[in-house]
Amino acid sequence: MTAINLPRGSILGTRVQRLEDPEFLTSGAVYTDDIVDERLTGAVWVTFVRATLAHATITSIDTRAALATEGCVGVITAADLADLPAQAPMMPLYPTGMAQPLLATGTVRYVGEPVAAVLTDSRYTGEDIAELVNIDYEPLPVVVDPVEAATDETLLFPELGTNVVCAKPLAADDDIFAGCEVVVTATIQNQRVAVAPMEVRAAAAIWGADDRLTAWVPNQGAQGAQARLARMLGLPVAQVRIITPAVGGAFGAKVGADPEAAVVGWIARHVGRPARWVETRSENMIAMTHGRAQVQSVTIGGDRDGRVRAYRLHVLQDSGAYPRFGAMLPTLTLLMAPGVYDIDRLQLSYESVATNTTPVGAYRGAGRPEATAAIERAMDLFAAEIGLDPAVVRRRNLLAPFTEPITSKGGAAYDSGDYVMALDTVLAAAGYEQLRREQAIRRERGDAVQLGIGVSVYVEITGGGGEAGASKENATVQVHPDGTATILTGTSPHGQGHATVWAMLASEELGIPIERITVRWGDTDLVPEGGGTGGSRSLQQGGAAVRQAARELVDVARERAADRLEVSPDDLEIDYTNAGLVVRGVPGAGVTFAELAADEPLLVRSVFRAPGATYPFGAHVAVAEVDVETGRAELTRLIALDDAGVVVNPLIAEGQRHGGLAQGAAQALLEEVRYDEDGNPTTSTFADYPIVSATEVPSFELVTTETPTTYNPLGAKGIGEAGSIGSTPAVQSAVIDAVAHLGVRHIDMPTSSMRVWSAIRAANEGTEH
Amino acid sequence: MRLSITVNGQAHADDVEPRMLLAHYLRDVCGLKGTNIGCDTTSCGACTVHVDGESVKSCTVLAVQSDGADVTTVEGLAATRSGPNGMHPVQAAFQAEHGLQCGFCTPGMVMATAGLLAENPKPTEREVREALEGNLCRCTGYHNIVRAALTAAETMAASE
Amino acid sequence: MIPASFDYVLAGSLDDAVTLLAEHGDDAKLIAGGHSLLPMMKLRLAFPTVLIDIRKVPGAAYVRVDGDAVAIGALTRHCDLVASDVLRAEAPLIAMAAGFVGDPQIRHRGTIGGSLSHADPAADLPAAVLASDAVLVALGQDGHREIPVADFFAGYFETALAPGEVLTEIRVPRTGPKGYHYEKFVRRANDWAIVAVATVAGRVALANMAATPVRAAATEAALASGASAAEAAALAAEGTQPVQDMHADQEYRKHLARVLTRRGLIAAGVA
Repeated sequence: MTAINLPRGSILGTRVQRLEDPEFLTSGAVYTDDIVDERLTGAVWVTFVRATLAHATITSIDTRAALATEGCVGVITAADLADLPAQAPMMPLYPTGMAQPLLATGTVRYVGEPVAAVLTDSRYTGEDIAELVNIDYEPLPVVVDPVEAATDETLLFPELGTNVVCAKPLAADDDIFAGCEVVVTATIQNQRVAVAPMEVRAAAAIWGADDRLTAWVPNQGAQGAQARLARMLGLPVAQVRIITPAVGGAFGAKVGADPEAAVVGWIARHVGRPARWVETRSENMIAMTHGRAQVQSVTIGGDRDGRVRAYRLHVLQDSGAYPRFGAMLPTLTLLMAPGVYDIDRLQLSYESVATNTTPVGAYRGAGRPEATAAIERAMDLFAAEIGLDPAVVRRRNLLAPFTEPITSKGGAAYDSGDYVMALDTVLAAAGYEQLRREQAIRRERGDAVQLGIGVSVYVEITGGGGEAGASKENATVQVHPDGTATILTGTSPHGQGHATVWAMLASEELGIPIERITVRWGDTDLVPEGGGTGGSRSLQQGGAAVRQAARELVDVARERAADRLEVSPDDLEIDYTNAGLVVRGVPGAGVTFAELAADEPLLVRSVFRAPGATYPFGAHVAVAEVDVETGRAELTRLIALDDAGVVVNPLIAEGQRHGGLAQGAAQALLEEVRYDEDGNPTTSTFADYPIVSATEVPSFELVTTETPTTYNPLGAKGIGEAGSIGSTPAVQSAVIDAVAHLGVRHIDMPTSSMRVWSAIRAANEGTEH
Repeated sequence: MRLSITVNGQAHADDVEPRMLLAHYLRDVCGLKGTNIGCDTTSCGACTVHVDGESVKSCTVLAVQSDGADVTTVEGLAATRSGPNGMHPVQAAFQAEHGLQCGFCTPGMVMATAGLLAENPKPTEREVREALEGNLCRCTGYHNIVRAALTAAETMAASE
Repeated sequence: MIPASFDYVLAGSLDDAVTLLAEHGDDAKLIAGGHSLLPMMKLRLAFPTVLIDIRKVPGAAYVRVDGDAVAIGALTRHCDLVASDVLRAEAPLIAMAAGFVGDPQIRHRGTIGGSLSHADPAADLPAAVLASDAVLVALGQDGHREIPVADFFAGYFETALAPGEVLTEIRVPRTGPKGYHYEKFVRRANDWAIVAVATVAGRVALANMAATPVRAAATEAALASGASAAEAAALAAEGTQPVQDMHADQEYRKHLARVLTRRGLIAAGVA
């Protein structure tokens, strides 16, 4: 052995390129539809027949023509699933009668609801034969608009007597706006959007000789998918094994497992052949959960000097036809309602209602972007009313910096934050004053293309959930006799780069090069417990667990090395160069981890527990150019400060932010899931639904600060959702700001050219009359 | 229908249904699963491959219409030009610039980028964005994809 | 998604295609690049039982000067229109509009003949060809016939092509490299036009303002009598009854037609 413990640069905080990329780039990752596995030989292909009416009674299902066609193996309807227990609602809070059956029983409640499953020998015949299943419907009255649904005039579940899934009523107490010099009220649409991961949903399943279901399902956490699938199928958890293939994006919508995956599992068991299913994009757009879908009623009051005194938020949440996670979103929205602001009086309420639309679930940020959008829009409206710069009004109401946890008026325990620094820094980076001057010049000249500037400041929750619902996660680190190492993690990356970052964290402790460390996840036989990846939790809990396990592994190795070398454990120090331990001051006296592993397996499983959620924060400035003649808005700059504590790999953290920024901007500018009044989806393909492309966003300008948290030894908070939280209101605000001098105060999202043009025209008419 | 086609330099001859899409032929007959399918409407570009040297969306091409064609998929790209780490310079640039996350759009994005650089070796940022308008990505916000394309253009120009 | 089953026949020539069309009747469709037809077949909005492939017919993809016109073979791809020096010099509106079709991959595959025969009122080339006052050449069992473009677009996704006829050539009057513009208004770069305006030589055609691309007759008349671009453009939406969809109601579309026409005319050099 040679020199030891020379000063070395830490790998943490460096821009390490992803280890997983060469495979992704040269042969493509193996997604569910790509799996070649002999266990799946002879699989039947599953094609779902979906409801074509938004609300109707099924009067008959005629499968004869389908069954008589060559290549058809069978057709499954709800009647075939009668052996299964009644489906339970996703949350105990929801009425039992609102749970979605695996296949529609008697009534369909949204276009796209699975009604039957056609089993064929091949993918190609599946679509042909699915067309031959003849379903007769008796139409029922349809309710698409949540405002209308809340009146209970048209009911989805008549036996329940209401469309309300869950609610927190408005407190009937005093007028919180008493004494305010200015009070502004608005109704704001936080529109329904499609999650639209590039990989659609899929499943493959076998019922094995071990009398278990083995299912390959794209998911955000195998253990959660396992629990959900077992529950839907009435099986003990131990009788379900999930293997997670590569996952082509999830954004909250691949948490757990969907009814279709359970049907595929049922088929594998009862038809006696492996089963495979991959939906089409057109199916995905109507049957994967959607996101957001809130109508927000805000009232904000304060003084003419810019001090906000009181804020009221009522959220009407569209849950879709069957409540999934979406019905719960308002609880997070209310928790984060006051955001970064110090507001004396709050009044918060919500109501989640069922409508004849696709169920709503989690989508990047899940409840927190909606909170930020509401308060930021309210701040802008308040600033406009009193005629002050919106940045100045925000600055005047921010919470003071804190390093010890504080409890917000919304009831959240913010761990650390410096919102004043965030706002000041991003304004300086954007050149805010200069932008305002340029805006003034264009307004003065009456240019056809006006400039708008939007500002937002946000705080959000990350790491709120976790393994078994607690803020904890496990990791196993093992060093092998050949000097390589394996990490098992309960997180479930699908783009976030855990294979690289977890290796960095272990390498930092053990001195094993990252190229020699393999990270594994997603097989419930291999990793029985875990909280998966969602809610921006992975690094702060899963990464912290890896570090903890690696350190504990060093402790175990130290004891063994001390025995072997006949020295005191205290005399040993880590030899990072050779990945082992050496006797301090005795060159050449040491043992590598690999050598220790050759004697006896060297591994540690450790569970990291965080004291609670962490609260990353940031501030964004958006600059938009709006053609006032056509109403067309173009996002020209997006400057984002996102502070998620200590950054382990800036390359990957920046990538997370970029993606969030684009998704957030897309909601403000473009994206919206729409239905006609009969509940027919009108945005059910990528030709109709405007997913943001490279031409609608600029390169982003990132500003990075690191305010550590004390809740984990890495000092890290979550970064996965940050970009999508601050950007939506900043971009929306920029578009509105560009035409504010024409008398426009608000434009709902997406700020389409027609909406912008109409708002300008309405403002003109308002001043003329 | 009899189909004779060259895929990644290898000659194939197969009997296929006329309605078989080139994307499915590559995936299910040739076993080249790198080419992904992300939509039904020729919108997303995940299935982009090169046919006779030009980028096309293989979900909107009948396999039988490619009779006699020379097709390159992401699996065969590196063989057409060497770059760092045994990858094509475009592939290497995507890794260096973190131009991929979940990886689903990546094969199509890489093939579209390689196609762009074959036609326009020194694109501006705007030209890159316009050239990739038919390739959707939900993860990266396009920022690092654009940088990867520009980086690849530089490394390819430097190695000319 | 996957098209329903069909039989596939490769045509050796355009004459061959005409013969095959006659043989297979109404259930047969021509396919070239397939970028209009295949998406509809995949969504099962179209169910031809026979596809006659003319993509590789020799000698049907060309751009060349022919007397007073530029003759464009119907099988010329969009990317080849964009790159054509002949078009850039003699009929540049066509090259410019072709550059707005779809995305690069689509332009590598789609053809001008396919786009015109498909007759999507929101598409780029139909409006450009209409503004160009081109003549379309069709081949049927009785031989070739010429169809003035003003008579070609018959309705929503309908043309004057008789069953069994094949579009073979587009003859675009030579205008020289000036006095033209294509102004397209979209949500995203590769979307279909919400409204688009093609103008050349004092003619103006609008995309997506009716069931077919239409000429802005009042605007053209005003221009002919010496009106300014702004004055003439104010008349652009006269007589149109555009569709209403999620991107634009009728009033907004008419507004866009006026604004885009003014911008298009100014870009084309009309004062």
